[in-house]
Amino acid sequence: MAAGSDQKKYKVIGTRPIRPDGADKVTGRAIYGADVQLSGLVHGKILRSPHAHAKIKSVDVSAALQAPGVLAVVTGADFPELKDKIAQLGEGAVNLAYLSGNLLARNKVLYKGHAVAAVAARTANQAEEALKKIRVEYEPLPAVTWVLDAMQDDAPLLHDDIHTDSMGNKSEKPSNISTHLHFETGDVGQGFKQADVVIEREFKTASVHQGYIEPHVATALWNTDGRLKIWTSTQGSFTARQQTAELLQIPVSQVTVVPCEIGGGFGGKISVYLEPVAAMLSRQCGRPVKMTMTREACFEATGPTPGSYMRVKIGATKEGKIVAGEAYLAYDAGAYPGGMIGPGCMCVFSCYEFPNAVVDGYDVMLNKPKTQAYRAPGATHAALACETIIDELAEKLKLDPIEFRLMNAAREGTRRVDGPVYPRVGLIECLEAAKASEHYQSALKGPNRGRGVAAGFWFNIGLKSAATANVNADGCVTLLEGSTDIGGSRASIAMQLAETLGIAAEDVHPAVVDTDSVGYTDVTGGSRVTFATGMAVYQVGRKIRAQMMERAAELWEVDAASVSEADGVYSSGEHALPFKALAVKLHEIGGPIVGSASVNPQGSSNGFGVQIADVEVDPETGKVSVLRYTVIQDAGQAIHPSYVEGQMQGGAVQGIGWALNEEYFYGEDGQMKNASFLDYRMPTALDVPMIETIIVEVPNPEHPFGVRGVGETPIVPPVAAMANAVYAATGVRMRDIPMSPPKLWKALAEKESS
Amino acid sequence: MKPFDYTAPSTIADAVSLLSQHNGEARVLAGGTDILVQLREGLREAGIVIDVKKIAELRALDCCSTSGLTLGASTPCAEIYGNADVCNAYPALTDAARIIGGWQIQSRASIGGNLCNASPAADSIPALIALNAVALVAGPSGQREIPVADFCTAPGRNALAAGELLVCLQFPAPSANASSAYQRFIPRNEMDIAVVGVGSWLQLDESGQTILSARVALGAVAPTPVFAAEASDWLAGKPATEDTYRQAGELARKAASPISDMRGTAEYRVHLVGVLTQRTLAKAVQRAAG
Amino acid sequence: MTKKVQVSATVNGETVDFLCEPWQSLLDVLREELHLTGAKEGCNNGNCGACSVLLDGAPVNSCLVLAVEAEGAEITTVEGIAQNGQLHPLQQCFLEGAALQCGICTPGFLVTAKALLDQNPNPTEEQIRFELAGNLCRCTGYDKIIKAVQAAAKNLQEAN
Repeated sequence: MAAGSDQKKYKVIGTRPIRPDGADKVTGRAIYGADVQLSGLVHGKILRSPHAHAKIKSVDVSAALQAPGVLAVVTGADFPELKDKIAQLGEGAVNLAYLSGNLLARNKVLYKGHAVAAVAARTANQAEEALKKIRVEYEPLPAVTWVLDAMQDDAPLLHDDIHTDSMGNKSEKPSNISTHLHFETGDVGQGFKQADVVIEREFKTASVHQGYIEPHVATALWNTDGRLKIWTSTQGSFTARQQTAELLQIPVSQVTVVPCEIGGGFGGKISVYLEPVAAMLSRQCGRPVKMTMTREACFEATGPTPGSYMRVKIGATKEGKIVAGEAYLAYDAGAYPGGMIGPGCMCVFSCYEFPNAVVDGYDVMLNKPKTQAYRAPGATHAALACETIIDELAEKLKLDPIEFRLMNAAREGTRRVDGPVYPRVGLIECLEAAKASEHYQSALKGPNRGRGVAAGFWFNIGLKSAATANVNADGCVTLLEGSTDIGGSRASIAMQLAETLGIAAEDVHPAVVDTDSVGYTDVTGGSRVTFATGMAVYQVGRKIRAQMMERAAELWEVDAASVSEADGVYSSGEHALPFKALAVKLHEIGGPIVGSASVNPQGSSNGFGVQIADVEVDPETGKVSVLRYTVIQDAGQAIHPSYVEGQMQGGAVQGIGWALNEEYFYGEDGQMKNASFLDYRMPTALDVPMIETIIVEVPNPEHPFGVRGVGETPIVPPVAAMANAVYAATGVRMRDIPMSPPKLWKALAEKESS
Repeated sequence: MKPFDYTAPSTIADAVSLLSQHNGEARVLAGGTDILVQLREGLREAGIVIDVKKIAELRALDCCSTSGLTLGASTPCAEIYGNADVCNAYPALTDAARIIGGWQIQSRASIGGNLCNASPAADSIPALIALNAVALVAGPSGQREIPVADFCTAPGRNALAAGELLVCLQFPAPSANASSAYQRFIPRNEMDIAVVGVGSWLQLDESGQTILSARVALGAVAPTPVFAAEASDWLAGKPATEDTYRQAGELARKAASPISDMRGTAEYRVHLVGVLTQRTLAKAVQRAAG
Repeated sequence: MTKKVQVSATVNGETVDFLCEPWQSLLDVLREELHLTGAKEGCNNGNCGACSVLLDGAPVNSCLVLAVEAEGAEITTVEGIAQNGQLHPLQQCFLEGAALQCGICTPGFLVTAKALLDQNPNPTEEQIRFELAGNLCRCTGYDKIIKAVQAAAKNLQEAN
């Protein structure tokens, strides 16, 4: 169901063709990273730290080198020393010393699971057995795994060379706080004076993992000609190439990355973990080396999203106008600096007009794996804080929660606390659609049941995309793209090219190709692919169209200026040929046609969404059941509505898992106690109802088809929506996430006794 | 994983002799859903794995209204809950068999394996204790019986002596006006380890108003699954009412001495014992009343 | 050192003989020896269902089956679900209903769903959710998977 859309003006866009890679994926033929087979392939495994924090006193690999089947062993010492070298890696600048330290520890291990050494052997089992023969002498150090603890002056210090950067000023003493951010708009003091109601609350969230079902995997071949080829499961083949080249200090052009099918990423498959290690092992043993991570290592050593502490205060007038907001956000970054605090700060007040606001954010290092992006990184935390308080304010002001949000909703011209002023955005339309929905209009009856609402925002970036298309002799078009396909983007990109050319979606055959075969393309992330790569293929289509018009002129021996195209039919005077028929003649009139384009749109396309949750709480156990759930989102223009709905549903269910049960559970020893799918508890099919969707379409003026990008916004509102629903069901505000049954039961018991 | 050999004997005698022969080096494989994970993760080691699924007695599923149920130690869960007679006569058993892992696990995992693995949180064991099941064990010096309530000795440890093999579980014939139930609490709705599990069996008088006798057993609240003796004894002669179930729950809580871990706090677990005792008793009464 | 064992089994309707280590998993042998890479490793300890195959008709996690146990057994992997170049209605409905995003869990879901429909041609939504709970999907939120299984059940019933 689509609301707010204009009259349909497209032939392909908005339809639901079968995805081009579908047949391979339902028959088991699609080649994912672990399915790669190469002649002479051997297997690599990684030795990981058993300690959360320790000095490495010595590493002795000699016995491992003698173990059966072993072909190579590497440690951090085998990699180039990278001191304070900064590299631009697509989504931001990275200090390579930290990236390198995370790849293989050198002097210190900073979290349990930190990689220490790697072995290549003829079989995976031989490599695993050989790991047991590596002798590492550790000197354990105290560990810290909670963000507020890590901020204390006497906390165990992870890095003695990192000083807090507070708006350009460096702290005198080294600190676990790497950055302090500060954003301000208006006059907060004055703002709160105007408020009739002020609510200030504290929130805590545990780290959660992206939870992709496919573990990290990479295969590398360092060939005798010095060229390095890598087959991997990545969200960005070009960033994987660049990170690998930088870490090995070789030119990027020496490296080819072949992106395999990818079994989920959600932001967690951007950083490299295995690729450079496999490469180094391959260089040593002269054979292709495949490395796959265990599930335990995925949890213990790859990017969770930050754990956080937040204190947020919002004031409103009794008429229901927000007048001021104040936020203190401390997000953990894991073992190295550079977590998700930036977007957290920018998102916390992003859904509403805050005439006066101040946000302070802290990027804090502690003994957990380096945090990585997870679908709208940093925004879900912030939305929990803001949207819970908004809900409380609405209740205090006796306003319907959607009505209160509508009164204050961000719109064209609203200035976000970090500066940008929104162009045309769709939050109001989403709130209106939520209000009008059958779900919201229907009464929720029964004891221990409640309904919660929350809104959410994510930027949706642009950045660099390239594409090439070849017009084949039968009139079909082969499309080469660099955007790895996590969730159906081959379809959404091919459909945009088909629409541009006026041909059927089935007549465009997309292929995700390696880094030698297409222009530079940034990661599949930031909800950017359908937007930016779509923009690239639009330009490709326009270039092909221009050439086709020239060829038609040649064929018909008419002036090129007299040729026009509409709906894929080229015509001039009495001449008219559809795209395919004209393409068939190309070999007679100048040969094949190729179109290429590279784009780099800046800024964000601003995705807003609203979600409605109905829950029932078992008062005896504190267990929450989701009864009904609706996701409303502005997609700008849905290219393939099924896959838009899929993003909305998938993001919402990840958020429901985050709200209810998912967490990194740490023991006193700083070790994660639940590093398995059994104990990490992502939702199963039995834990959620059907997820209803309402696609709102407020076209993005910056995109030829109005696309906004949809992948991330759906995970922003769910935690808040669930917390608000639990409050409605029980009268208890849960501000410590997850609201797992033991916690909720205790809160219910405390409410009962007070 | 340390490499191991594999063998699949077809008689109890061969299996027992293999166990003795590889003294301490052999591990028994039934469904494999615990042991293969433990071997892979280095929690246990084996020189040889003895697959007991080809031994007829260990695949038994004989349900008889007069002699009771004989359940082979390696009979998979799916086969157990797929048997309508067993579902009717021993519902606590099939309640448990239906929720051990997902379907893929249930196709392989056996109740015998669940028992021998001796996890404090094993789903089937409280049901077995409530149903008063007895383990039949074969060893170098012949066969012996061990009540299931005495089978587990510590987390991951059981009463089997060196060279002994669990052959089957024997359940008393179903009594008139009796039934049972097993429930566990988990944060998700499937695919989880019990935070607490409670199995209850009871027999009503002919009127269906009074409990003649009852057995309540608890999981995940002590180093081994435990029989809640005080609650069970107290129930005899009590009216089959919600208040009775609640009071029994209070008594059952006394049998719990749980730890706090990532699955729940000790306080929460003790609380859940009360809740689940109450719920399983109510369910068993509802079933007994037909 | 352990010695390799020869195993004979029927895989997707064909008799196959293979040599395996006695400790090797069926998943490993399917993927590495028989080059049937449709079954995926997601966790290697029975918690995700991505490696699901049918063993004598019953869904199992092939990571928790020893390859030697396959002696004489009939195994169906995702590669064996389509017959004579025709997709099974489940596969068709997964495609039409966009029931996959990244696709890594899809083989496991298809195998388990096939076992379900073989056994219960008309399952309720609750039954589908219960029987598929051993298969984790992180992309879809399950909605479109459940709907695809429902659609396939309907198509199969109409065809019979």
